[in-house]
Order: sequence, then C-alpha cells, then structure tokens
Amino acid sequence: MIILRIENLNVFYGDFQAIRNVSLEIPQGSVVSLIGANGAGKSTLLKAVSGLQKPAAGKITYSGADITGLSPDKIVAAGISMVPEGGRVFPRLTVLENLLVGSYTPKARKKRNTLLEKVYELFPRLAERSRQLANSLSGGERQMLAIGRALMSDPRLILFDEISLGLAPRVIKDIYQRIKEINRTGTTIVLVEQDVKRSLKASEKSYVLLEGKVVLAGRSKELSEEEVRKAYFGL
Amino acid sequence: MLQSVINGILLGGLYAVIGIGMSMIFGIMRLTNLAHGDLMILVSYLAAVTISLFGLPPLLTLVLVIPLMFFVGFVIQSSLLNRVLGKGMEPPLLVTFGLSIILQNALLIVFTPDAKTLTNPLATKYFALGGNLTVPVIYLLDFLMGLAVIIALSQFFQRTYLGRAIRAASDDEGAAQLMGISTKRIYSYAMGIAMVTAAVAGVLVGMTFTFYPYTGTQYLIIAFGVVVIGGLGNMIGTLVAGMILGLAQLLGAYFFGAGFQLLFGYVVLLVVLAVRPQGIFAR
Repeated sequence: MIILRIENLNVFYGDFQAIRNVSLEIPQGSVVSLIGANGAGKSTLLKAVSGLQKPAAGKITYSGADITGLSPDKIVAAGISMVPEGGRVFPRLTVLENLLVGSYTPKARKKRNTLLEKVYELFPRLAERSRQLANSLSGGERQMLAIGRALMSDPRLILFDEISLGLAPRVIKDIYQRIKEINRTGTTIVLVEQDVKRSLKASEKSYVLLEGKVVLAGRSKELSEEEVRKAYFGL
Repeated sequence: MLQSVINGILLGGLYAVIGIGMSMIFGIMRLTNLAHGDLMILVSYLAAVTISLFGLPPLLTLVLVIPLMFFVGFVIQSSLLNRVLGKGMEPPLLVTFGLSIILQNALLIVFTPDAKTLTNPLATKYFALGGNLTVPVIYLLDFLMGLAVIIALSQFFQRTYLGRAIRAASDDEGAAQLMGISTKRIYSYAMGIAMVTAAVAGVLVGMTFTFYPYTGTQYLIIAFGVVVIGGLGNMIGTLVAGMILGLAQLLGAYFFGAGFQLLFGYVVLLVVLAVRPQGIFAR
C-alpha cells in the first residue's frame, strides 16, 4: 500500500522553480531516502508535503486523501510529522515543554502520557534532562529532542530533513539506529540525506534529485553507489 | 521621602500591568502596538459607561470589560494585524498608529475632552503606618492587582497548552507550525490576552487617576519604559521595571517638584537604553 503519493509536483520560490514535475511513491511502513546535492530540491519537497510551502501544480495524496495545499496544522493532524533541518527545537522551552508542544493536536494530546513514555524509552537521555532548557543541550541531544518532539504528534509518517548535518559520526550512527527502531513500530520514514552511502544502507527505496527533478529511482539494494553518485552530480 | 518610596513601589505594580501586554506582544510577534495605551483608556471609558448604566462598583466592571476586551483583541489581530505580519517593520506599526488615532478621536467625539475618573470610595482611604507614613488604599489595590495579573500570566505561559504554544511560536514560528500549531490563530489569542491585561490596567488607571481621550499616549510611554527596562517577555523583570519607573518618578517629584516627575522616568529609561539596551533582566 502506498501511504504517500506525489504526482507531477511543481513548486516555485518566486520565479525560481525548485521542483519540476516530481512524482514519487512512498510505500507504507518503508524507509525511503531522497538523495541529492545542495539545492536539488529535497528540502522543498518535504516543505511542500508538510504544508510549509504551497505547490504551484501537482497533487499530494496521503492515505488516499488529497492533502495538496493544506495548512501545516491540518497535515500534522492527519499524521505526517517533520523533523526540520537542524532540529529547530524551541530553545527557551524546557525539554519536557518541547515534547508537550509536539503533542499539540487534540488527538495527540489525549495520548500524551503514553507517547511521552515511548519517547523517553527511545531516548533515555531526554528523560534525564527533561527540566533543562533546550538551548543547554548538545547538538546530538537537540536532534534527539527534535525526533522525540515529532513522535509526540503520534505520526504514521515522519519526514527527516538532513538529520546527520553537523553531527559527529558516532552520534549519527546512534540516531540512525533509533530511526530504525521507530520504523520497526510501523512508522513510515522519509529520509533526506546528502550522504549517499548511508542513505542507500538505511533505506529500502531511493530517489535521486537533481535540479528539482527525479533523475534516478529504485530499490536501494539494486542501486550501486557509483550509479547514484553519477546521478547526484548529473554526470 | 519614605512616603515617596512606598507610593513609587506600589504604583510600580500598576505600571507593570500597563506594560505587560505590550511586552508580551512585542516578545511574541515583534509587533509594537502603538494603540496599547489608547485601548487601555478605551477600557476606562467603557468602565465609566458601565458604571453609569448599571451602577456597578468600578472593580466589578472587570467582569464585563475583560471578556469584551479579549474579543476586541482577538478581532483586531485576526482581521487587521495578521494580514500585515511578516511584511517588514513598518506595515504593522502603521496599522497600530492608525488605530491609535482613530481611537483617540472617536473617544473625543463620543465622550468630549472633559476629565473623567471612576469615582470610588477607595481613592481617598489610607492606612496609617505610624510616623507620618500612610499607605493609600488605591495604590495598594493597584499593586496587588498588578501582582495577581503577573502571577496569573506566568502560570498561564508555563502550564497551559496554549501558553506553551505561544512561547513556542515566539521562539520559532516555522517549527511551531510543524507541530500543528496554527500560528495566526495563536497570535489572535495572544492579543486577546494582552487586551485582558489592558482591561485590568484601564480600570485601575481610571480608579487611580483622571483620564482624557488623549491620555493613552502618556501610558503608552510608560508601557515602553517598562518594556525597555524590564527586557522582553520577562514577567518578574516587568514587575521590577514597573517599580523602578514608579520610584524614579515619585522620587524625582519629591526632590525636584511635581513638574519633574515624568522627566525622571525618562532619565531612567535613557540610562537603561545607554547602559543595557536589552533590558536589565533580559536573559
């Protein structure tokens, strides 16, 4: 079953076209990666799905319902959550408050205690630091908090934007391990990455974007690193 | 002099309520509400009308003006200010400036330029403290109400979903949207709440001092002072800033005569701006 389907999507920033006729399919329960260089349109694609950027044309279908152009709050309520680039935790809120804000939608609010337990189980470090302000956390802890916060909305699909950017290799490995655990509970994952090797290893399906277009797509196992790298640079 | 100190501190509570609404709004959406003082004076007039219609004691008018002003704030934000947010500094500033002019002139037309006050028995009562010292009951009421508003607001921001959502939106609007928070609606609630503080301030000011259609500007400047001295969005800072401003004014009046009262408030303001422009209590 396809949980998210994007058909002929076009997104503009003013005159600049960031996404050109992109179509893709995310199977339910899978891990799919979007690979591409800076400015290839990966982040824009995620923004269009999460409602932060309105597409000019095309259609986004989630669980069979058309969600094209809906506001972000409706999309979160529908079950799509995003971990933005750099985490963007709320610096002047405590760790616990950040997590509680994550369960803002009425549906998530009712389950917030169960959700909070799950997040603390996944990231015990966050439980230890629950009373600390988010801006006192290390880079890796912030990223964990951003993931925990996204989980607090009880999503069925999570979009991760450049999750490993600026983190130490050991921390990245740890975070990818947790993403795998999240996926194991049935949550569908979309990863945006620049690291080709890691993307292919972590996902079942990959799309390579170049200048706003899909230039290569396939099962991650069947794609060679060489092939992906060529598509990545447009060679 | 001790009398001036007592009065100054107590008056500080009132100044804190005058400033807190503006501080909140600036802290949350970087919006300077130039109509804040006029909206407050509008409340003073509304309270006066309520008193003459229903014969209520002044404090009880709060039951009516608080919900009314919440609604007014919500509508102003959702129908006017949300349209101009994110379009640079000037458009929202111009909208609130326009609102201020309209309010002042509307008050002038409807209520004439005559001085008004919310007559109440508290205004002339004193507690004697021994010596020649007294505590004016109305100032004490101002202080206690100010304290109550500040405590209630900080509890609201710490403990409720809406309060936390407002703080989240002020930290990072885009990230807040990703949490399912409709930030425009949140801003409308925030303005409603700011107007609730203006409602309390308006009634207290009306009970403590006389007011005219143009008095709003004078209180806008006090509100600015409180925001600058206290630092943004800091509840305790706002309370202490109110006291500093009250003390500066009344001590200035004590040493140099009543004509210097306002001047000394501004001197403190300028000193803070020169030495610590982010506010004394800013983090």
